[in-house]
Amino acid sequence: VSVVALLAAVPQVDTGDTAWMLVATALVLMMTPALGLFYAGLVRSKNTLNTFMMCIAAIAVAMVTWALVGYSLAFDGTSSLIGGLDYVGLHGVDFAPREGTTIPHLVFMAFQATFCIITVALVSGAVVERMRFSAFLVFAALWSVLVYAVLAHWAFGGGWLAAGGTLDFAGGVPVEMASGFSALAAALVVGTRKDYGRQALLPHNAVYVLLGAGLLWFGWFGFNGGSGFSTGNNSVLAFTNTLLTPACSLVTWFVLDLIRGRKVTAIGAATAIIVGCVLITPAGGYISPGWAMALGFLGALPCYAMIVWRPRTRVDETLDVLAAHGIAGFTGILFIGFVAQIGWNGVSDGLFYGNAAQLGDQALAALAAPVYAFLATFVLLKLIGAVMPLRASEHEEALGMDVVQHGEEAYVTGEGAILVVPEDGGGAPVPVADPG
Amino acid sequence: MKLVIGIVRPEKANDVLEALYRAQVRGVSMSRVQGHGGELERVETYRGTTVKMGLAEKVRFEIAVSDDFVQPTVDALCEGARTGAVGDGKIFVLPLDQAVRIRTGETDHGAVTPVDK
Repeated sequence: VSVVALLAAVPQVDTGDTAWMLVATALVLMMTPALGLFYAGLVRSKNTLNTFMMCIAAIAVAMVTWALVGYSLAFDGTSSLIGGLDYVGLHGVDFAPREGTTIPHLVFMAFQATFCIITVALVSGAVVERMRFSAFLVFAALWSVLVYAVLAHWAFGGGWLAAGGTLDFAGGVPVEMASGFSALAAALVVGTRKDYGRQALLPHNAVYVLLGAGLLWFGWFGFNGGSGFSTGNNSVLAFTNTLLTPACSLVTWFVLDLIRGRKVTAIGAATAIIVGCVLITPAGGYISPGWAMALGFLGALPCYAMIVWRPRTRVDETLDVLAAHGIAGFTGILFIGFVAQIGWNGVSDGLFYGNAAQLGDQALAALAAPVYAFLATFVLLKLIGAVMPLRASEHEEALGMDVVQHGEEAYVTGEGAILVVPEDGGGAPVPVADPG
Repeated sequence: MKLVIGIVRPEKANDVLEALYRAQVRGVSMSRVQGHGGELERVETYRGTTVKMGLAEKVRFEIAVSDDFVQPTVDALCEGARTGAVGDGKIFVLPLDQAVRIRTGETDHGAVTPVDK
């Protein structure tokens, strides 16, 4: 009998949960190239590749920093401000179940890594079309540790917000509010594009934007549905709510577009999908499907207002990360405080169900995360800017970041391209007109 | 009556349009072209293939104007398109035999004068 009791007490890996989390991890990783497509469609054609590459770069940089130090700072121990260093270089992260879950520690780490990656990629939306690629790489490496890992520890890793009772199912704090308010700081430090507010700087491919949004939504089922680390009730609830909320945001967006311009816009629809997915991110596993629909209908309102208002300001937060992620994440986090139901989430009620304290916990997160993200990003970029130029010259900006930063073009025709034959490649080099 | 052709950098096309509007020149066609003047070739690499892009993207403006408007049009093109570096482009002024406005059948001066609504 004692052996049976002992075995029951030892944490076990559940094969079903692990299978789902492996798939969910792959789904979330796919969101970053999907975001690249979404962002690339929103910029001018001469910046297509650079914009996409910032997202690809986030995978390279943030995955490495996460494995080296970020994961440890986020998820080692439960001290209030920052994690420990026991998992540095993934030391001790193996097949044993991660504490509090039924999945191997390795899978847990990989799943969380994809969150760090996409959050870094999200911030790039504030600085596209003028930030130097090398400066962005340095920024991405430092930001993934100094901002993302810290906020992930606060909300997910047993830090002071989680310990204090803040509910954040899939990343309203470290992903959505962190990227949104960091984007605002980044836009302020890097500065406006050369022709911002003077010339129309328009999206060059709305189909990319819609396709990117669709792929992001698909990936978000892993993002929210995986954040219960199981196939249990919270995961099922979050998964289904990820279907409901964005659909309702789309309806609201259609109506607002109709009222404002008498036409439903495609890029507006793509934006509404993102806003809906963000709104339900913190709340997914905590609120009923009915309230998830209400969140989609209502939560789209402040985001829409922000997207209409921001371009009239001198803040060139180019792809509206603040509106689509910061404001939507803020709204979602607060919404939990009103409508959480213990009958659905098994954890806590909100204000409408007799627990006003939950709203206080949510408000604390909705205040602390934006303040930390904004200030830390502002200081970090000022420091990087003191060491290296953050942005390309006006001439380079006019030429386009694709040619200047990458030596490639997205829509190259090949007409007039002359092959450069290697010196020992045989054959005479093709004569090139020399104005000399 | 002249046809003014301006071939400019694509990144200066908006500046040229602004300058033309300021000069009250409102009838404009523009097209994307590829060409080669005196500028150095850009080198681009696609996987293992390195190429010199011998032709550069340019924008070609075609503007039919009455004689009084030739100089303002040329000035606007210069003002909007100039960066001072090689590759700013060229302006050609050609004699124009006839112009017809299709909608009304007006010819020549009437056809190249913008309609004020």
